Amino acid sequence: MNFTSLYTAFPEISLAVFAMLMLIYGVVRGERSAQTVGIASFVAVLSIMIFVLKLGFIYSPGFPKLHISAGCYGCYAFDYMFIDDAFARFVKVILLCGSALSIILSWTYLKKENLSHPEYPILILFATLGMLLMVSANDLLALYVGLELQSLSLYVLAAYNRDNAKSSESGLKYFVLGALSSGLLLYGISLIYGYTGVTKFTSLSKLFIDMHQPPIGVLFGLVFICAGLAFKVSAVPFHMWTPDVYEGAPTPVTAFFAAAPKVAALAVLARLLIVPFGSLAHQWGQIIVFISVASMLLGSFAGLVQSSIKRLMAYSSIANVGYALVGIIVGGTAGMQALLIYVAIYFINTLGVFAVILSLRRKGKSLDRIVDFSGLAKTNPLLALTMVIFMFSLAGVPPLAGFFGKYFIFLAAVKAGMMPLAIIGVLTSVVSAYYYLRIIKLMYFDDGINIFDPLPEFGLRIVLAISALYMIVFTIWPAPIIDQALIAAHSLTGG
Amino acid sequence: MAPWPVLTTITFLPLIGALLILLFVRGDEQKRSVVLAQQIALWTSLLTFVVSLTILHYFDASQSGFQLTEKHVWIPSFNIAYYKGIDGISIWFVLISTLLTPICVLSAIGGVHKRTKEFMIALLTLETMMIGMFTALDFVLFYLFFEGVLIPMFLIIGVWGGAGRIYAAYKFFLYTFLGSVLMLVAIFAMVYHVGTTDMTAMMGNKFPKDMAIWLWLAFFASFAVKTPMWPFHTWLPYAHVEAPTAGSVILAAVLLKMGGYGLIRISIQMLPTASAYFAPLVFTLSLIAIVYTSLVALVQTDMKKLIAYSSVAHMGFVTLGIFSMNQQGLDGAMLVMISHAFVSGALFLCVGVVYDRLHTREIARYSNMADNMPRYALVFMIFTLASIGLPGTSGFVGEFLSLQGAYLANSWLAFVGGLGVILGAAYMLWLYRRLFYGPDVKDDVRLLPDLNAREYCMFVPLIVLVFWLGVHPATFINVFAPTTDKILADYHQAAGSERTP
Repeated sequence: MNFTSLYTAFPEISLAVFAMLMLIYGVVRGERSAQTVGIASFVAVLSIMIFVLKLGFIYSPGFPKLHISAGCYGCYAFDYMFIDDAFARFVKVILLCGSALSIILSWTYLKKENLSHPEYPILILFATLGMLLMVSANDLLALYVGLELQSLSLYVLAAYNRDNAKSSESGLKYFVLGALSSGLLLYGISLIYGYTGVTKFTSLSKLFIDMHQPPIGVLFGLVFICAGLAFKVSAVPFHMWTPDVYEGAPTPVTAFFAAAPKVAALAVLARLLIVPFGSLAHQWGQIIVFISVASMLLGSFAGLVQSSIKRLMAYSSIANVGYALVGIIVGGTAGMQALLIYVAIYFINTLGVFAVILSLRRKGKSLDRIVDFSGLAKTNPLLALTMVIFMFSLAGVPPLAGFFGKYFIFLAAVKAGMMPLAIIGVLTSVVSAYYYLRIIKLMYFDDGINIFDPLPEFGLRIVLAISALYMIVFTIWPAPIIDQALIAAHSLTGG
Repeated sequence: MAPWPVLTTITFLPLIGALLILLFVRGDEQKRSVVLAQQIALWTSLLTFVVSLTILHYFDASQSGFQLTEKHVWIPSFNIAYYKGIDGISIWFVLISTLLTPICVLSAIGGVHKRTKEFMIALLTLETMMIGMFTALDFVLFYLFFEGVLIPMFLIIGVWGGAGRIYAAYKFFLYTFLGSVLMLVAIFAMVYHVGTTDMTAMMGNKFPKDMAIWLWLAFFASFAVKTPMWPFHTWLPYAHVEAPTAGSVILAAVLLKMGGYGLIRISIQMLPTASAYFAPLVFTLSLIAIVYTSLVALVQTDMKKLIAYSSVAHMGFVTLGIFSMNQQGLDGAMLVMISHAFVSGALFLCVGVVYDRLHTREIARYSNMADNMPRYALVFMIFTLASIGLPGTSGFVGEFLSLQGAYLANSWLAFVGGLGVILGAAYMLWLYRRLFYGPDVKDDVRLLPDLNAREYCMFVPLIVLVFWLGVHPATFINVFAPTTDKILADYHQAAGSERTP
């Protein structure tokens, strides 16, 4: 037994231990422990995030390239099953941050809806643990185990409001379709294993570089893996579950879905396609180009006719996944860097939007139709202003952060000679701008006066302030994230 | 060189004012907070104007390159810098922006009666975006501000506009956004080709002919919408009609100039060969714009729509002048743009004066106002004549020079363009007759009060400038002439054509 493995996987191990302790505590103390468990989980996730941040992030302005080899770069653990590189760390920080903010987001909501149970934060902890394992996986099986841990927790979370038919429906739907996609993924993995005899990413990568023409079974396996993961990132044509699950799940759960698991699945897809299957790029390239373009188109156009804000955000997330996939198609350091910058902006943008949705209450009841935003600017100007920031940022209008996400993605596409992809991307972003503008129109232009409950309590305000400021501060001082993304991208592509 | 970062200061001063209003003015509809917001906005914009006058002092008008430059690291790994500077062209647009914002604040004090605080924030943010755009020398920074303008303008039209404001706001936003994203793709291609986002580096760069043609078209998509050129102008009448007075003034005086500025800065300076290739296209569109929109202006029943169409016609002279690629044409285009900023801004303010009193813009509702509002009639007359291009007013010099430039390029251009001058006189004078003379006097029109002190403060600086530019255009020409000379020299060297005198 090599003890260095334990150090490498310290964040995951500590999170697992902590989650199990909380589980025991929750069982012993019963319902009363809900609040304590929530606060403790938040603190734990936050401290693990700071730990990962301290461990792996070496920021030096100017020339990040010089520092790539510094720190714990490319550390393997558990016989190469687990990798802790800059890429994994970058994504982990996003995931932990997303989870921590999601835990805050849920506090009031759960209390008001009488759903405050200790299981909730614990399920988020396990889902987070699964995601951390996924992004650090260097082996198809380790990947699958992490993915399943995440998925199972998420199924339960989607159906968390079990007395509500919609929530149960969304949980069931998510479970059935999710199980199908996991099955596809596992089948793909078994095909790959059957035809190559290895499951480690590094071995697969070496194998495929030497191989002139991969066996047909490997290609089938690759297609199945792509399909399975496309489901997890909710890319067209595997997106059908997204609007229903987004709508049915309790809103803080939806916020969590939109922020963390999507980023984790994108990161896993990126690592899989770039590292083990990097030399088969011309094989998977066509698939990913198709699902990317289809996601951009469908996400933009279908969003135009939605009436529920949560469904709208579902379609918006589909479109955004389409943009992010452009980064994977481009590949290489530039594409990966663009992808990482994109998700680093997107996850907080979408969390901010959900924080606004959660703040929107009338006489204690939560609102989720788009028309409910009508007149918000009159009764609650500050909340409306933050929503304007998020909407323009999602639409990609400078000077807000969302613009930079798109800028680097499409810049990378143009550099790689994929001009049509960039043009489709910017045109669909004009289409989707329409539905973001519609919310602003409802809040500001409509004269109707609607009464909203006063601004929510501390937790939500914190999330709103952090995410809105992030959208602006990123523009002023983007270098740290962009440089870290470059280091992370280098660690993946080795270039 | 300025001893302090003067461009950054004038760019962000208005934003600081906006933040002050946002943070310190509480209670939206109370009288006290409304007045406070108005005062903060007025004094910030005036301060910005005063500070911006110092650039005239620091600016060395005999030089042609960029001056007062500021360069700071922004995104090092992509070689993107916070790079600002002005030359003889952009200096005037900066000054126009800083001059017109306080005038707009004054107009809004009388014309905006709801959510005043938010209006002032939007207006000041808009000023920051405009100045930032004209002083940007880095493509990312340029695009940031170029697009950033859309956010406050969308809100200004949509929140404080007239009955059809929502359609107008959407149309304005989506049209310009569509044009801009195509420009963004062109920027990607240029950045990739040159390897930096530095705009000054792009100017010396030679792009392959095929690529230049596509790039030019993509930029043209954005600038033709912004300028606007026929047939991309359809958003403009809606936006102008529905926007509140202050919004229309900014839109006409500054936002339209972004298109002309972009055509000079990017199309001519960075893509000279493609500009030469497409000049006939621009000429055709400009001539159609001049004649067609003038005819359309003749039949308008809404004052603002009439002036909006006249703006499209005037911008036709600008594009005609720019693409005739000679000294007279380019200088004429610059003068038309400067003059149009004063004149069309003032005309929209004039419309605002009566709109604030009677809440209608329909021409037929007014008549014989010369009787009870003589001072207003005089002011309106000055700007009408300036818009027509009467010698001695600002409109004359620019139109004369740009038509002369067009004549040197091709005499037919000047002939057709000249028709626009005649039509311009027709629709403006007819508008004037219908508003200020005429038999049937309505009772409510008869009782309208004449200009008040606040309105005088808006008009006097513009009247002074209209005559100054008309009588002594050298003040303006001397500042931008070295730059336009240099631009033309570079252009003809790159396009490989003979220089016409």
